[in-house]
Amino acid sequence: MLDIDKIRKDFPILNRKVNGKPLVYFDNAATSQTPQQVIDVIVDYYSNYNANIHRGVHALSQEATDKYEAARLTIQNHFNAKHAYEIIYTSGTTESINLVAHGFAALLNKSDEVIVSALEHHSNIVPWQMLCEKTGATLKVIPMNQEGELDMVVYAQLLSNKTKLVFVNHISNALGTINPIESIIKQAHNVGAAVLIDGAQACPHVKPDVQALNVDFYVTSAHKMCGPTGVGMLYGKQEWLEKLPPYQGGGEMIDQVSFEKTTYAGLPHKFEAGTPNICGGIAFGAAIDYMNTVGFETIANYENELLKYGTEKLLEIDGLKIYGTAKNKTSVISFNLDGIHPYDVGTLLDKMGIAVRTGHHCAQPIMDYFKIPGTIRASFAFYNTKQEIDALVEGIKKAKMMLS
Amino acid sequence: MQSIQEIQDEIIDEFSMFEDWEERYQYMIDLGKELPLIDDQFKTDNNIIKGCQSKVWVHAEMNDDKVAFTADSDAIITKGIIAILIRAFSNQHPKDIIDANTDFIDKIGLKEHLSPTRANGLVSMIKQLKMYAIAYQTQLK
Repeated sequence: MLDIDKIRKDFPILNRKVNGKPLVYFDNAATSQTPQQVIDVIVDYYSNYNANIHRGVHALSQEATDKYEAARLTIQNHFNAKHAYEIIYTSGTTESINLVAHGFAALLNKSDEVIVSALEHHSNIVPWQMLCEKTGATLKVIPMNQEGELDMVVYAQLLSNKTKLVFVNHISNALGTINPIESIIKQAHNVGAAVLIDGAQACPHVKPDVQALNVDFYVTSAHKMCGPTGVGMLYGKQEWLEKLPPYQGGGEMIDQVSFEKTTYAGLPHKFEAGTPNICGGIAFGAAIDYMNTVGFETIANYENELLKYGTEKLLEIDGLKIYGTAKNKTSVISFNLDGIHPYDVGTLLDKMGIAVRTGHHCAQPIMDYFKIPGTIRASFAFYNTKQEIDALVEGIKKAKMMLS
Repeated sequence: MQSIQEIQDEIIDEFSMFEDWEERYQYMIDLGKELPLIDDQFKTDNNIIKGCQSKVWVHAEMNDDKVAFTADSDAIITKGIIAILIRAFSNQHPKDIIDANTDFIDKIGLKEHLSPTRANGLVSMIKQLKMYAIAYQTQLK
């Protein structure tokens, strides 16, 4: 059982007021809030051992290096990677994807095909389009149905020995659909294609095991799972990371440099040019520790309860339509009110202290599919309550009254 | 004819009677509903103001040395904001539109819509109205 009163005390921001009303924060799919335990780690870093890492001989540099590398081990354990050097620190999911796309530019040619899903965030579409433009490879799309689930029959037909890469998100940011990634990965491997899974929306809710999944690349951001912005990770299987060329040149990523020839450092440093987000990396580790202390099973059970309650309550509102009704989904509810623009509802909810997201959620192809300009998206985290959902429902009713 | 400044003062006066955000927004919503729609032939992609979560179309024409604006949006609050802007700037001489300041937005409690993060693009809307005025001003010379 999740002790909600105790959990809420961990998040100082939940005490603040917005427009004179207690904050109801339902924009968790965009970014999660930060517990005091993680804030303390950030303050401790800048107060006590801020230093550049790796080559320093002095005490602060060694302390910072130890903590930064210890956080890498925390991430490795959390995702069950075989080796710590298979975890590459990045600035977040988007950079992780770009790093892999950049690397594959050297490995693809124009007879190759890559497959992406119709449920993707722009960050998991555009880098691959750029890759295809560069290499001449063809981009194919797995379509979705009215429920927001991927069409696995078409997926099987798209796969062939020309397929070199498949990119799918673990969970859709716009609709909350949990994709059948085990099966997607297995089928791709059968034709010899590599798979990248975008886990940005999944990691706040589930604990992926990259070895059990047998996935080639798994990427995520710390700020979706109680950590700070500007840091994330790329997990890659050793054999793939060794095949890919470096992403950026600079300090940290070299072995030997001369003007005639530079040799690159081994993993993970080959992909970590320049001074990294040291504090962010350490805080990422602390965020993972915090979430594991709460427990992912406890989190999932509690959030499922919120999703069930929220769905029921919202559907009681006349003229409210939910987009994304997959059987298997996380605590994200994307909806619209009949004849009312999502922006209007979002604006009025904000005046009532309720934070939701409106718009296309960086997933324009999904909005085009449903032929809507966007949706209102309420996304729940384990520190939200049913009372807050009641406040949202009341807020929507009030907005609806004002607008119709 | 009222000057832009006089109209703005009038708007500030009207808004000062509202006691809370609900009255203020209800008024804007009602204004949005009353806004004379733009002629459908002008609801083209060329007339869309980019950077808005809601779509905004603005059309301008010159009558007797004055610029007349018509506009529309698919979101009603955005439409209310446009209605206020059009009331202040439409049927005025281009030069007066160019010179007009816009701090009345702040004074009627809509400052948050001027923040660069706001997706309704009030800032781009004002810029667009002024761009039209500049274009017509050059025609006059």
